[in-house]
Amino acid sequence: MKDVRLLSAPFDPNTEIEPFARACPEAGGIATFVGKVRPGGGVEALELSHYEPLTRPGMEALADRALARWELMGLLVLHRTGPLHPGEPIVLVSAASRHRRDAIEAVDFVMDHLKAEAWFWKREKRADGWHWIEPREADHADLARWK
Amino acid sequence: MALRLLFLGKLADLAGVGERVLDLSAPLGWDALLDRLEPDLASALGGAKVRVAQNADMVADKTALIAADGDEIAFLPPVSGG
Repeated sequence: MKDVRLLSAPFDPNTEIEPFARACPEAGGIATFVGKVRPGGGVEALELSHYEPLTRPGMEALADRALARWELMGLLVLHRTGPLHPGEPIVLVSAASRHRRDAIEAVDFVMDHLKAEAWFWKREKRADGWHWIEPREADHADLARWK
Repeated sequence: MALRLLFLGKLADLAGVGERVLDLSAPLGWDALLDRLEPDLASALGGAKVRVAQNADMVADKTALIAADGDEIAFLPPVSGG
């Protein structure tokens, strides 16, 4: 079971996780990561732009790689676009498997690749205006873990 | 005949808009396409880290691009990361 979505409106992780869990009744465990706009640090808002014809297929392909690499019964990948406020969920990745390590590693893998490779551009609003967020070295180090 | 150009991320700030339509009388190669844009925008698009998609397919070597009538050319700066 694969469910990959780009969302332009706020979502509630809890109302997504429950139906996902129900759709994977044979699972022995479910691992979930929810990423939020980090509160504080002077950031008033975050805006995510994307390019639909590349961003969506890229997320689908990433989910397929995780499904091929680990024994999963289900994989849920949700990613926000548009304007977000501090504390709001940006991303949710949930994996269901027979044994815990498959689910935990798959979520970690999908998150590292979403961060470093998925076609999203982010800018944050501070008191002095909007600033684009540049790539970080750490993102590439994170990817190297999976080679 | 026309071409649709999409500027993603901070390239949209440099272009002043996210999207532009370029009239053309014949297919445009990479250098001819950049010649139609402002010098600072053209120089940013030529940077090694900016990738190009033609009708949503990644272009392996952007300098070999031939943009034709009806094409959508997207300019993609590095993604933001975490």
